[in-house]
Amino acid sequence: MPDTIPFRAQNVRMGSSSGQPLTRRDGFLKVTGAATYAADNHPENLLHAVVAVSTIARGRVASLDVDAAKAHPGVVEVITPANRIPLALDPDVKVGLFGFRIEALQDDRVRYANQPIALVVAETLEAATEGVRLLAPRYDVEQTRISFGDGEAFEPVAVAFGSPPVAAVGDLGAGLAAASHRVEASYVTPAQYHNAMEPHAMVASWDGDRLTLDTPNQAIVLSRAAFAAYFGIPAENVLLRSPFLGGGFGSKAIMNGPYILCILAARMLGRPVKMVLPRAQMFGPVGHRGATRQTLRLGTDADGRLTALEHDAVATTSSFDDFLEPAANASLNLYASPTIVARHHGLRLDIGTPGPMRAPGEASGSAALESAMDEAALACGLDPLEFRLRNYAENDPASGKPFSAKSLRECYAQGAEAFGWAGRALEPCRMRDEAGQLVGWGMGSAIFHAPMFQAEARATLRADGTALVETAGADMGQGAWTALAQIAADGLGLDIDKIEFRSGSSDLPDGGVAGGSGHTATAGSALHNAGTDVISKLTELAVNDRDSPLFGAGNAGVDARHGRLYHRDDEARSESYQSILARAGLTNLEGNGRGGRDPASAEQRAMFSHGAVFAEVKVDPDLGQVKATRLVGAFAAGRIINPKLARSQLYGGMIWGISFALHEEALHDRRTGRPMNADLAGYHIPVHADIPDMEVLLIDEVDPYVNGLGIKGVGEIGITGTVGAIANAIWHATGVRARRFPIRIEDIIVG
Amino acid sequence: MNLFEYIRPASTAEAVTAASEPGAAYLAGGTNLLDLMKVGAIHPGRLVDVTRLPGLDRIEQLADGGMRIGAMVRNADIARDPIFAKAYPSVAEALLSGASPQLRNAATVGGNLLQRTRCAYFQDAASACNRRDPGAGCDAREGENRAHAVLGWSQSCIATHPSDFCVPLVALDAVVEIEGPNGGREVPLEEFHLLPGTTPERENVLGAGELITGLRLPADASGFRSHARYLKLRERTSFAFALVSAAAALRIEGETIRAARLALGGVAAKPWRARAAEALLTGAKPDAEIFAGAAEVALAEARPSGDNAYKIELAKRLVKRAFLLAAAGTPERVPALPASVFVSDTGVPTHA
Amino acid sequence: MSLSISLTVNGASKVVPIEDPRVTLLDLLRERLVLTGTKKGCDRGQCGACTVLVDGRRINACLALAVSVDGADILTIEGLAKGDRLDPVQAAFIEHDGFQCGFCTPGQIMSATGLIREGEADGDPERVREGMSGNLCRCGAHAGIIEAVLDAQRRVAEQERRIA
Repeated sequence: MPDTIPFRAQNVRMGSSSGQPLTRRDGFLKVTGAATYAADNHPENLLHAVVAVSTIARGRVASLDVDAAKAHPGVVEVITPANRIPLALDPDVKVGLFGFRIEALQDDRVRYANQPIALVVAETLEAATEGVRLLAPRYDVEQTRISFGDGEAFEPVAVAFGSPPVAAVGDLGAGLAAASHRVEASYVTPAQYHNAMEPHAMVASWDGDRLTLDTPNQAIVLSRAAFAAYFGIPAENVLLRSPFLGGGFGSKAIMNGPYILCILAARMLGRPVKMVLPRAQMFGPVGHRGATRQTLRLGTDADGRLTALEHDAVATTSSFDDFLEPAANASLNLYASPTIVARHHGLRLDIGTPGPMRAPGEASGSAALESAMDEAALACGLDPLEFRLRNYAENDPASGKPFSAKSLRECYAQGAEAFGWAGRALEPCRMRDEAGQLVGWGMGSAIFHAPMFQAEARATLRADGTALVETAGADMGQGAWTALAQIAADGLGLDIDKIEFRSGSSDLPDGGVAGGSGHTATAGSALHNAGTDVISKLTELAVNDRDSPLFGAGNAGVDARHGRLYHRDDEARSESYQSILARAGLTNLEGNGRGGRDPASAEQRAMFSHGAVFAEVKVDPDLGQVKATRLVGAFAAGRIINPKLARSQLYGGMIWGISFALHEEALHDRRTGRPMNADLAGYHIPVHADIPDMEVLLIDEVDPYVNGLGIKGVGEIGITGTVGAIANAIWHATGVRARRFPIRIEDIIVG
Repeated sequence: MNLFEYIRPASTAEAVTAASEPGAAYLAGGTNLLDLMKVGAIHPGRLVDVTRLPGLDRIEQLADGGMRIGAMVRNADIARDPIFAKAYPSVAEALLSGASPQLRNAATVGGNLLQRTRCAYFQDAASACNRRDPGAGCDAREGENRAHAVLGWSQSCIATHPSDFCVPLVALDAVVEIEGPNGGREVPLEEFHLLPGTTPERENVLGAGELITGLRLPADASGFRSHARYLKLRERTSFAFALVSAAAALRIEGETIRAARLALGGVAAKPWRARAAEALLTGAKPDAEIFAGAAEVALAEARPSGDNAYKIELAKRLVKRAFLLAAAGTPERVPALPASVFVSDTGVPTHA
Repeated sequence: MSLSISLTVNGASKVVPIEDPRVTLLDLLRERLVLTGTKKGCDRGQCGACTVLVDGRRINACLALAVSVDGADILTIEGLAKGDRLDPVQAAFIEHDGFQCGFCTPGQIMSATGLIREGEADGDPERVREGMSGNLCRCGAHAGIIEAVLDAQRRVAEQERRIA
């Protein structure tokens, strides 16, 4: 396979920049307001577009008062199914890896609330916004299916992006029969919406058959091709710029209808068009984490060892597409059990299609699994940590393969030590603080797969000893501008201040996908390899040049660092990059690299990051109000490129865990299917006052198999473990086992 | 947002004239009005900007020992006024537990009294709402209503009043000063907001063109300053509306409650004064048992309007707690987490 | 209807024609004055991304009509640094990694600036958390933000002591 890199440890030149807690290279731009997000662009002659969305969840649009909207001063055009120009692709055809069926005004059908039904374009944002209201749509309404009780059940052929819906190891019946304790419990997780702080936004400009898009995107080059396909132009004709994403969390990796409408409007009207989704429209056409109902059955023997683990998940999706939260798969790779069954069922609702949202599957699945593990520990009379240690998986339970590296035991030990877990009472309701509030401690294991996608990069060493490194990476906050530059610097043997990094634009080498926690590993590998390629060529020049002090050293006999090549056996023999280039008469020297998983390594090993999360909560004994008061997470995720930024990522994931456990839930009206809290006052995410002192421990882990650089990912694992840890802490504080998320006051006071 | 006419009058009289036209609305801090215009819940044809009217931005001590707050004083400035905060600490605590610092810097006293319900069906123009559109029906009755009213609701409307500020104000007998086309008048805040009955669109006693110009707190209300708390249960630690809140105040002499005040928030379409509970406490010894009894009395008439039966029990427990904390004494400084049941290490209550 | 207002924005006086009374201060800054550092996260006062200082007080620019702030002195994120010299709050945000995606950052920084000027949070982390609770962050950068605000508060206090 030409697009994978074999593992070549001897080429890994890491440690000068990598591993350093550098502050963000884009920090100055971000703290001064100079970082340009999509909606900050203002081309000349700009029009503003606002999407009109349906207020019903199922039926047809019977009428739109287009005349009223067009009569409003400033309104230029109203685009509806009646007048929109054709697309080169049917919006109900899925394009590419992250393709979804979308709504681009193909007909008058309504399939969920907040679905686009028209687009109003005006000279000002104010006029476009009012134009939408004046459309005053009327509908032919059909019965809505929005809850677990009234959806249409189906057996899926796949979950997430093509994963098998059922995975089974061993004989479940035998495992359950052999158990001395059995725990069975069901957990419900709600629909959650990504709600990146930056709403989806686009500025689209056409110049003939060339299209420029300013839009936040997690998969820049892939998406370029997808956008091009809808408009029947070559991918090269599209320039997609996404230097900064105001958060993505999965929703900015996937195609959506409003974007297509924005581009379409720019084409129809021959002027640049800006479209920014109002916050309410973030609840519908741009994906969400689908609700699940998960039932777990755990069997344990007298020693507290699992004899069976069954994880059965009903996952919700839309009436017209198939993405299903792979929640049950969270049980496949974490705990040792002679039999494990993970099974998914689908349920169709009149709701926008769910999609990947920070730790898709793992977040919901871990919430249920870690709660159930606590229930099983209790049934066995064991401390929750001891119970997990007894069920420690030495090899991947699903595949039987060895792990590429697994340091979960160290995570447990160091996390427990930092938290002060020892001596925790097994029984609930045993701790109070000075003010009389109930105190509880809970924990959960964290796990996340360590995938890689495909990426390419280019490195150009310049005559002045600086280098340009390029890949179309995406920084949605994880720190790609910094971490990837650190890796590139090490690949080139240059100090980081000599590195100019170009990224975030589709005219650069394909940087792959910022998703699945695999971007640093993938794009980083490509950049490192591009640097290595340059150094190889540079070495060739030097060792073959009689005038170089390195003449005759041979490729393997040279070290590259701080902009010089050194003879490996004689440090006194060295030469600067500038001098080598100058003597060769070169103004620059280009190298290229690819990043991707070595298939042989992938075949032999199971690759995961691991962690352990410990949580303390306080609960008012009478009033049921809960506050997370302390969290410690210990994570092992291979080589950490930038501990400062990695910590931030892990904090972020753990805070999503707090949010999942205690706050987030979309409330859809059961009659209309309309999200009734489609704003940031009603859809709660934590505020500063909700976030306690937190500690993240980065556990050293050398993973020689995951990729040449030893990098796993840290973007998503923090959620896993945390939700369960908080639910378990609430149980420990109150004796109340909540099996519905988020855990509400009434769940606790009614018990 | 619909197009509107923007008027900035120079005097109260001009403002009242301008706002007496049908479709006119007063614009003050704008934090609620503009929001509702943006979501399309209301469509005023004229905005009368009263933020610069002379004389409405002062906090004054009155000769009788009470205090007067001009209607355009910003919420944050009341809470920051040291004399006010000392005299009426539960009002300051309630203010600081509401909204966010940014909103409190903009929102005015008058606007706070007039803020509309946060019922999602009121805000959502596509839903039926008798309060927004008389006779349309109430989609909240069978909808997402776990946060809705348990007291004073009707078949027409089960919305709650969202204010924190108004809850201790009602408990402390605040008086609303009003100017209108027919001159000035005063209304006790307790009588200012109206229960829905069959006319939920009538949210308060203001007539066309009438403008709130100020708010008065009587002198004797500061007699509760040593034992006054506001407590608020919510789904985030901060920046969230109350599921239930309670303002409890006591005047204690020796071992005896000489006077008690109680009002609840988040339970009805108006801040809910609980006079029967106050009467029960008067003359009693301040202890958990009597406070629990007062809570029962306060919620005696409560009944669920939807999936919210838990709020009745929760309100009872909160009332008891609020009185226990009030009896323990007002903290010297507003706690770090205002109105929270969680006491942070640095905001430990001390006796005043 | 054509209105005209005068404003001081980041120290510069300007007269701004407002052709539409619906224009909010936020949309005036972003779409007409092209000061796009101030962000729109919700447009409803629920996220704090649009926080600016108006006459020294932090408010949500999305819930103020431009016409109603006529005559005001406005400070946005673009006006905080002196050329390349960052304000202590900005510097602290970088040092403590008080942001990830950066979208809520201008609002967080302006809110922190307001909070420090209000002078009520002391060095108490809990009061700072409460005082910053009008600014949502979705990435989960809360820990770094609060550290940054506490640190900036110390730096500003030191600066003021030196000046005094």
